[in-house]
Amino acid sequence: MKAGRYGIYGGQYVPETLMSALIELEETYTRVREDPDFSSRLSWYLHEYAGRETPLTFCENLSRDLGCRVYLKREDLLHGGAHKLNNTLGQALMANYMGKSRLIAETGAGQHGVATAIAGAVLGLSVDVYMGEVDTRRQALNVFRMELLGARVIPVTAGTRTLKDAINAAMRDWVANLRDTHYLLGSCVGPHPFPMIVRDFQSVIGVETRRQILEREGSLPDMIVACVGGGSNAIGIFYPFVGDAGVALVGVEAGGEGPESCQHGASLSRGSVGVFQGALSYLLQDDDGQTLETHSIAAGLDHPSVGPEHAMLKDSGRVRYEMVTDAEALQAFRYLSRTEGIIPALESAHAVAFALRAADELDRDGILVINLSGRGDKDVVEVAKHNGGVE
Amino acid sequence: MSRIAGAFFRGRPVFIGFTVAGDPDMGRSFSAATAMIDAGADILEIAVPYSDPVADGPVIERAHHRALMAGIRPVDVFLLLRKIRDYAPDLPLILFTYYNIVYRRGVDRFFSEATAAGADGVLIVDLPVEESEEVVPSARRHGIERIPLIAPTTSPERQRAILQEASGFAYLISLEGVTGERDHLPSGLAGLVSAVREKTDLPIAVGFGVSRPEHVRTVLDAGADGVIVGSALVRLIEEHMDDGPGMREALRTAIVSLRDGFSSSSRT
Repeated sequence: MKAGRYGIYGGQYVPETLMSALIELEETYTRVREDPDFSSRLSWYLHEYAGRETPLTFCENLSRDLGCRVYLKREDLLHGGAHKLNNTLGQALMANYMGKSRLIAETGAGQHGVATAIAGAVLGLSVDVYMGEVDTRRQALNVFRMELLGARVIPVTAGTRTLKDAINAAMRDWVANLRDTHYLLGSCVGPHPFPMIVRDFQSVIGVETRRQILEREGSLPDMIVACVGGGSNAIGIFYPFVGDAGVALVGVEAGGEGPESCQHGASLSRGSVGVFQGALSYLLQDDDGQTLETHSIAAGLDHPSVGPEHAMLKDSGRVRYEMVTDAEALQAFRYLSRTEGIIPALESAHAVAFALRAADELDRDGILVINLSGRGDKDVVEVAKHNGGVE
Repeated sequence: MSRIAGAFFRGRPVFIGFTVAGDPDMGRSFSAATAMIDAGADILEIAVPYSDPVADGPVIERAHHRALMAGIRPVDVFLLLRKIRDYAPDLPLILFTYYNIVYRRGVDRFFSEATAAGADGVLIVDLPVEESEEVVPSARRHGIERIPLIAPTTSPERQRAILQEASGFAYLISLEGVTGERDHLPSGLAGLVSAVREKTDLPIAVGFGVSRPEHVRTVLDAGADGVIVGSALVRLIEEHMDDGPGMREALRTAIVSLRDGFSSSSRT
């Protein structure tokens, strides 16, 4: 397999100007991953600052309802409220090593923007976050959080004014400011080496889960479920289990208003192969290769493409990809809140919703792990609107 | 000799005008292209509209968007190309595109259709040398020249690798950034031009940010053989969209004035 390729997927489809930065990034990463000083600094930030390890919570009520043994991997308890900080701390430390003083990032729901703002604040880097203008409105709370943390939020008014346009804007900024700026990409997408770096920093989720479940149950889980937008929380929990054939891995995509509606974000389930934002992967596109508009109630899943490693895992059949609609996700959002006292992010609610549907596949002793990638505080206003409660 | 080589062979500086196919619609796009040719453009670079043009600044991005809104598809781009080819049988025509358009259509099919429509060269802006394995033999088979891009950030080793498989002319990106008009071009252009000159016999043209007669002069004084002007012309199409004769006149005046940079350069 060529460097930076996952089967046929991945690669570096970027303008020539960016190549030097990608080469520098790969060289830095190769160096720091072997560097004990880097590892111990990252480990300190993850444990003492961010609150790792996160619990693997056995859920008694959920288990009773579903008829199997259900655990939640509690990334919602990580500082910042989502798994995003695992990656931003790692990459911000790398920026330090590269001597870059400024971070830029894209954000959809705002969670990656917040996590970048946090990492920038604690590591002394200035932060500019690009956010689609539509998203700045539907995630106003996170805009305020980023600003409190000292970041500048730049609304993007081009194109569909959502996550994909925020990534375009960040790439344009990066091309012009390579020398002092690191583009802190938030998911396992984009050109090599980003999908590899993000996967490696997020794999801490799966590494911990593996250790925790073996301690608790003495065996590996039968099924692991995670939501997939770009796919970083999913690849993070899946990766250490890919070699374990007995562990079913399920990625849950945004089915939006329904898979036949064309209003969804299911690039793996409903897309086709194409090149987008630097990588060959599955993509929602028309016959000519123009990117299609997407929809999901979860801003973090509202994206037309997906990480290239997921594309490979789909083709090989190692990971199964399923869809959950907006309505199912909303139902799961309320269900988990009432049943376990945990308000999930709307993104993570997609994984919960699929688990509710799939529990039949497991028997009473079956072990099901759901990656609860983030908490839902950011979503309560949006959900209340759907209830007709708040305007 | 190919049309592109012929344009540079004449021994005077070459003016390359850029436009997005179908901006703001087929009819006006053809009118803009012919106005540029009539005003003295030596080569036309014609972009295939794309939904996510990440190498482009806001002016050209809006042009892509206008063309897509007008329903322009790759087949329409080839149609436009054919009309321009009929209008100017000897003018070199270069297709500028993002790779997904080519990939989706099929590399071989895209090149075959481009050649049939009269294109002499193709520039794929987001296909660095690392990813061009599939494209090189196909371009060769169809006799289409692959215009290489070199940036200020390109290392000498990469310059060599890029130039080794390239044809037509070398497209030097003047600055670190996306396309768009700038007040000044960066210093150090002459160093970049001569570094590339050492490694190739291909003619060298400079683009990105070139929008004023004094920029044209700077580029030629730096030792380049030609200039590429994009955003400055695309902006005129945008400003005069609803006034056909006005748009043609604005493009003519701009190109004549930019070409003034040719005569005031120390090289001519």
